[in-house]
Amino acid sequence: MTATASAIPTLDVERLREDFPILAETVRGKPLVYLDNAATSQKPRAVIDAVSRFYGSENANIHRGVHYLSERATVAYAGVRERVARFLNAASPREIVFTRGTTEGINLVAQSWGRSTLTAGDEILITGMEHHSNIVPWQLVAAQTGATVRAVPITDTGELDLKAFDRLLTDRTRLLAVVHLSNALGTINPVRWMISHARERGILTLVDGAQSAPHLPVDVQALDCDFYAFSGHKIFGPTGIGALYGRASLLEAMPPWQGGGDMIETVTLEQSTWAPPPARFEAGTPPIAQVIGLGAALEYVEAVGRPAIGAWEEELLAYATERVGELDGVRIIGTAREKASVLSFVVEGVHPHDVGAVLDDEGVAIRTGHHCAQPVMHRFGVPATARASFAFYNTRAEVDALVRGILRVRSIFA
Amino acid sequence: MSSLSELYQNVILEHNRSPRNYRVMDDADRKADGHNPLCGDQLTVWVRMDGDMISDVSFRGAGCAISKASASLMTGAVKGKSREEAEKLFERFHQLVTGTLPPGQSETLGKLAVFSGVSEFPIRVKCASLSWHTLKAALEGRLDGQAVGRSYGQTVGRSDGQAVGNSDGPSNGPKDGAAGPNG
Repeated sequence: MTATASAIPTLDVERLREDFPILAETVRGKPLVYLDNAATSQKPRAVIDAVSRFYGSENANIHRGVHYLSERATVAYAGVRERVARFLNAASPREIVFTRGTTEGINLVAQSWGRSTLTAGDEILITGMEHHSNIVPWQLVAAQTGATVRAVPITDTGELDLKAFDRLLTDRTRLLAVVHLSNALGTINPVRWMISHARERGILTLVDGAQSAPHLPVDVQALDCDFYAFSGHKIFGPTGIGALYGRASLLEAMPPWQGGGDMIETVTLEQSTWAPPPARFEAGTPPIAQVIGLGAALEYVEAVGRPAIGAWEEELLAYATERVGELDGVRIIGTAREKASVLSFVVEGVHPHDVGAVLDDEGVAIRTGHHCAQPVMHRFGVPATARASFAFYNTRAEVDALVRGILRVRSIFA
Repeated sequence: MSSLSELYQNVILEHNRSPRNYRVMDDADRKADGHNPLCGDQLTVWVRMDGDMISDVSFRGAGCAISKASASLMTGAVKGKSREEAEKLFERFHQLVTGTLPPGQSETLGKLAVFSGVSEFPIRVKCASLSWHTLKAALEGRLDGQAVGRSYGQTVGRSDGQAVGNSDGPSNGPKDGAAGPNG
């Protein structure tokens, strides 16, 4: 740890690892080295127990009854909404909509705000660094409305071309949708700066926070974004749950995108009126146990300490970048100045899938493929990459195991 | 031998390094493209027929070691065979890599038996069979060398990015959209 980090408490990583039962597992006879956290994170006992306790002794539907369990479930559900609002520093829990995950949050904005306001000639500005989930929803709504999707290009180091960004903000741009932390490259984008430029022109902004929520400090009021979407399962919570932050004035003006129970005020056979946000955007019985689990996950992360998590992950990524970067025949894809948690690389002459298979035999779990970011792969002229992605429970010894695995790849395919 | 060395046998590594019949065939009368979105593998198979016999076969493309070595060994295995023989061979090969080949039959596959280790890695079945699916498409194609309806989704909402090999792979599917055509 550097001297400047001295004010930040140091993590006791070995003790924290004990909170995650799966980290004690073996894979193919070797201790599991889990370096696929950008795909999904592992779950601490606190989350597993919260979900189990809910089903074991607290299960009931919410907003549905006056009985004891239903009231308790309703209160717990609302409590997690407040926790998410605090986690993102939203002004009010009414600005937090529970979703299935980041993907659904973005689709919600595209289909509710986008479909009801975009018209032919309007432009949606994304970037060449986006995950497919921040590309395809805009293509869909563009096809529905006649709007067009434009993209900010990426430089050779894997940063956004900010000069091009300024040129691409036009009088026709209605929304900037940008990833905070790239899942394929690890680049931290200057979203605050980009948002301020967009807002000067009255352009709305959406931040894809799937990777940033687990790894970076997030303050939606400081960012001044209009929408911010993240997923529970990447921040040590359950799958099937996430949240969308939306500025209150915007959510209030947006029409529903799915109809059903819980999102209405009155229903007749002829017409219905909508509940205010966030209920307006939560049709049907939500994933209640998953919401409870998400609450436990955020509580856990805050107890561990987000500054300490950030400092350790920064140190770990620097160590991994140095160790992997000095290997012969290995090229790191994505060398931005500001990076977090992701190390994408290719081994010369070896397909990433073969790299992944050899590492797997060593118990090392990484992701290989296009990372749902095919435009990024095209930009760097590779069909796929191997990607190690870290969480705070990873260790230097696990980075060493990754390096040993890559050396074995080189010897097998020499 | 560990499962990994069963998978990456020396013959496979050698064919990956120096694939046979790795060339564009200018005088082919059939060709097809294959694509595996899991690995990003893409290859083209060319075939020249002499009556019902495969008189020449070649391929080009980019892919993982399993898919490249499989294509290379396939070209050697089917050259000089009739279309029916080639398709029968594919059936047995498919049984081999999915672990469903009846006992005692692997010798009928000759050199292709080196792919027996694939059955331990269900996710790699697609890699091993991509070239065979593509050959089959070429053999079923028209004589003008057109690929048979193998266009890849350019339009939003289309999910036909995975042109061949749809019937392969583990039934539980890959995780995290890693392998899905829309992942």
